[in-house]
Amino acid sequence: MSEDIFITEERIEGADDGPLAGRTVAVKDNISTEGVRTTCGSKMLAEYVPPYDATVVERLKDAGATIVGKANMDEFGMGTTTETSHFGATDNPAAPGHVPGGSSGGSAAAVAAGEADLALGSDTGGSVRCPAAFCGVVGIKPTYGLVSRYGLVAYGNSLEQIGPFGETVADAAELLDVIAGSDERDATTREAPLEAGETYVDAATGDVDGLSIGVPTELLEGADEGVVETFWDAIADLEDRGAEYHEVSLPSVEHAVEAYYVIAMSEASSNLARFDGVRYGQSGGYDGNWNETFAKAREEGFGDEVKRRILLGTYALSAGYHDKYYKKAQDARAWVKQDFDEALDGADVLASPTMPVPPFELGESLDDPLQLYLADANTVPVNLADLPAISVPAGETDGLPVGLQLIGPAFGERRLIRAASALA
Amino acid sequence: MSDDAVSPEEVRHVAELARVDLADEEVDRFTGQFADILEYFETLDEVPAVDRDADLANVMRPDEERTSLDSEDALRNAPETEDGYFKGPNVS
Repeated sequence: MSEDIFITEERIEGADDGPLAGRTVAVKDNISTEGVRTTCGSKMLAEYVPPYDATVVERLKDAGATIVGKANMDEFGMGTTTETSHFGATDNPAAPGHVPGGSSGGSAAAVAAGEADLALGSDTGGSVRCPAAFCGVVGIKPTYGLVSRYGLVAYGNSLEQIGPFGETVADAAELLDVIAGSDERDATTREAPLEAGETYVDAATGDVDGLSIGVPTELLEGADEGVVETFWDAIADLEDRGAEYHEVSLPSVEHAVEAYYVIAMSEASSNLARFDGVRYGQSGGYDGNWNETFAKAREEGFGDEVKRRILLGTYALSAGYHDKYYKKAQDARAWVKQDFDEALDGADVLASPTMPVPPFELGESLDDPLQLYLADANTVPVNLADLPAISVPAGETDGLPVGLQLIGPAFGERRLIRAASALA
Repeated sequence: MSDDAVSPEEVRHVAELARVDLADEEVDRFTGQFADILEYFETLDEVPAVDRDADLANVMRPDEERTSLDSEDALRNAPETEDGYFKGPNVS
């Protein structure tokens, strides 16, 4: 594979028939597949073969889908470019020489390159929507609790959801129909709020007549000019079809990036404590005491970005700093939720560019972690607020894909699917 | 950084708490990066105290015996095992 889309290319056949019979699906490599290695893009888990399927993988198989491979990703989902993968960077099929976005870059690239009809990714702070935008495909980040996380290797578990990719909104919605719904193995899930006979895919009618769109001005500030221009063209397109827009203000989102990173890093420092090289993963050997061997396993098994986040998370939770960082970040999270609730009282959906910038060139952005974190400004507020969002292709700037993000109320996926399907 | 400038010693201390060995070169690099990132996090000071009235309900299930992985499957990814157990390093 010239684009380095898959970490492991192996076919897993599903049931003979079902709603996804004949459809191929790429699965992000942090979603457990029984008998097929699941690396999380990390040297730590380079040989790890899960003894069970994630709930979403069980549902794919039951629906008749054929899994074609485990898609490349930023190590443990930590990145915006897929360049932190231990297995090398993925090229962007829609913009060769550029990153596919991340962290679910392989999943989006698989759909963009036609290597799979559909794909699954996971979105902790934008990791489905960013690569969807950069690769010119559709990606959905479901409401927290709509899709089971059982078998998803945890990074920031209060923030993340598994989400579908497709070439069109209807494709992604079809996959959402298969994976959504409660799971007794994930107590944070609930049943999809659909009326009898209703599905997500049948909401993809493209009907936006009378739709009220709020545009948060904070999410346009500082964005690339070409991106903003493409965004307004897409809004104008929706207006032509009967939608109307008005500007709204979300003052809290000015603090969303720092709140997100404090919470995600704190959760990561705890979740990744399980990687000690004893039950699975890179071993630190058996010389010396356990603190020494665990520290050695983790030095050898983790890459830079993962170490950075574990250390900063440990720092943010340590004695004397907890109130200053973690507690304030939780305040900011509550504030962001309130802001979104108020804005969505006056609008059906909110719209922004998915990413404030077009895809970076490969290798361009690795040296300055903080600058890269700031590129997540438009996606992380949605995870803090537990809301659903969709990224849909809006057009191009200088030949590079631009994504439009629509954000809806909790469990309002049908509304997002209807609105976004007017564009793709 | 205001009163919390990050020192290489602090990076080493946190790395020890997190059980991650670092090379000297990594300590140097992280020291500079952490100063930038933590300075940015300081803007959280401007966030007002907010009522956190999450409208959530606990989800409970009966505490019943259920099938789980058998030990052979659970041990399969372990670098080393002994007599049907995971083998770990010395505790002391």
